[in-house]
Amino acid sequence: MFRLAPVKVHEYQAKLLLARAGIPIPPGHLALAPEEAEAAAREIGAPVVVKAQVHVGGRGKAGGIKVATSPQEAREHARAILGIDIKGLRVEKVYVEKAAAVRSELYLGVTIDRDRRRPVVMLSTVGGMDIEEVAATSPNKIARGWPNLLLGLLPFEARRLCFDAGVPSEQVAAVASIAERLYGVFAATDATLLEVNPLFIQEDGSVIAGDAKLDVDDSALFRQPELAAWREITADEALEERARKLGFSYVQLDGDVGIIGNGAGLVMGTLDAVKNAGGRPANFLDVGGGAKQDVVKAALEIVLSNRRVRSVLINIFGGITRGDEVAKGILAVTREHAPRVPLVIRLSGTEAEAGRRILEGAPLTSKATMDEAAAEAVRLATTGGRGEAPAMSR
Amino acid sequence: MSVLLDRDTRVIVQGMGREGRFHAGRMREYGTRVAGGVGPGTGGTTRDGFPMFDTVAHAVEATGANASLIFVPAPGAADAILEAVDADLDLVVCITEGIPVHDMLKVAAVLETASTVLIGPNCPGAITPGQCKIGIMPAENFSPGPVGFVSRSGTLTYEIADLLTRAGLGQSTCIGIGGDPVIGLPTPDAVRHLNEDPQTAVIVIVGEIGGSAEERAAEYLRAFGKKPAVAFVAGRSAPPGKRMGHAGAIVSGGQGTAESKVRAFEEAGITVANAPSEIPHLVRQALRR
Repeated sequence: MFRLAPVKVHEYQAKLLLARAGIPIPPGHLALAPEEAEAAAREIGAPVVVKAQVHVGGRGKAGGIKVATSPQEAREHARAILGIDIKGLRVEKVYVEKAAAVRSELYLGVTIDRDRRRPVVMLSTVGGMDIEEVAATSPNKIARGWPNLLLGLLPFEARRLCFDAGVPSEQVAAVASIAERLYGVFAATDATLLEVNPLFIQEDGSVIAGDAKLDVDDSALFRQPELAAWREITADEALEERARKLGFSYVQLDGDVGIIGNGAGLVMGTLDAVKNAGGRPANFLDVGGGAKQDVVKAALEIVLSNRRVRSVLINIFGGITRGDEVAKGILAVTREHAPRVPLVIRLSGTEAEAGRRILEGAPLTSKATMDEAAAEAVRLATTGGRGEAPAMSR
Repeated sequence: MSVLLDRDTRVIVQGMGREGRFHAGRMREYGTRVAGGVGPGTGGTTRDGFPMFDTVAHAVEATGANASLIFVPAPGAADAILEAVDADLDLVVCITEGIPVHDMLKVAAVLETASTVLIGPNCPGAITPGQCKIGIMPAENFSPGPVGFVSRSGTLTYEIADLLTRAGLGQSTCIGIGGDPVIGLPTPDAVRHLNEDPQTAVIVIVGEIGGSAEERAAEYLRAFGKKPAVAFVAGRSAPPGKRMGHAGAIVSGGQGTAESKVRAFEEAGITVANAPSEIPHLVRQALRR
């Protein structure tokens, strides 16, 4: 099973999509304040569940899901949940929905199997749990089907999943129908993951979606206007989002050696080289292919804006990216003001020689290979590079 | 004859915009037989001396092309791939980055019953040094020789090809398969081509975190390997749940870790390099075996 770095959608939004596709969901309302939660509970009728709407799993364990037996209690729960932090994310809204009368719980999910290059539909009578944990401990408890994308999930495939998973025969028709519809939502939303966990079988035998989790492929947002509008960017993602807008990809890590490179694999290799040299990378930053000097300048500024950074390693192997453009971008930063930490550069490939000429006399160290450059950057980060602003040495 | 591409391969370029024209020219300089370009509405014209065609079918009919290189922007790239598959080309290389994964699932479903080999998307392409280059890699880092090379990465491929070339170790065919989660020629399939290639004496596999393609390639070589192999896995210092640039390079649910890949290679008797700089030395050792 596999997940892209996705665009996340809240439970109440995912449930709206399920309901539109004809999948039964409990009646529910979004509430931004305790009073709204109370009004919602009154309208729906107690008992209700008050659920934090945040883009992380494990809400229940963190105190983000509470059952209320009266509208007043729903208000109190909402007051308690709104504003708390769950794994670093502040809860700004709660979803109030009718509590299900649960007989048993199922798991139903669709994701992408990158090895088989097909969607995979998973169904299990072990609901409410982390499916990856179930997969690890008792893989035979999960029934799987790999529909052909061109055909969709066919009725016989959905039925087979139900029988393979051991769904009670009384519920097979309902669960199979939900599986087909869920697959339809997965296909229509460019989802990388769509999960109903748990899928409740209620005391009266009806089947209803207890939760919904939807992750959407960010490369497909251009044709998913509704989902694009739902996108929320957290404080954590702000820097990464700023980088994305500038055309490069940035991931914050927890070390002190700043990294800039071109190409995801080369940057990952550079991170590893820093680790091999005994250091800890502060970030992943790939300027992408063909980066011009303004992009390189912005990249260096973003890396330097991280106060933990104590040295910066720039590793460029020119292909589409040109060494002279990279050099001009670096110079544009160092000319404005001397960088507060030492810079180490390794330039190779297209126009590397021209780049090195441009950087002659600039306050940085040049190394011929990735390993040497990584070792130097780690040394400078640990010694602090105090008082050292070596002129370009070759 | 090397695998997938050689001096007889005739290539058309789909998407003759700025990038497409630039690389069509570079490939022609390298000696690749670039037969023309495809762009709707361009039929009958020429660009940089290349004859242009409205459709892939027209281009194939007129030139006998058997391969294509695609630069079409992401929203239309899967359509371009399917047009090339429909024309029954032997090899299609797609450079485009950011194709929606559901589009690639559609392509993969069609490929299940087609004979076309797709390399990419989001890849640097493939090169048989001295004969044919279909892609965007800087050719001067590659040289002819016995090393078959498959890589999920772009620039890391150039880096390692350069290290090999400087060490006097030329390459039979280098395949940059791309960093997306759903690709045309995953690592095990690329390895199978090199394993069957008589020009290849040793295989270099450059993997990344994410997915289980490296593990499956290791399994394949353990059962069917005809020649020694050397591997490198990028991303050992990547934390779980964070996508490292490539959409496919992410550790999730405890799967796709560098440790798992390194272990799989080692269990298959494949030497794993700790850094790209170790690869030439390990390749030379493998060749002596």
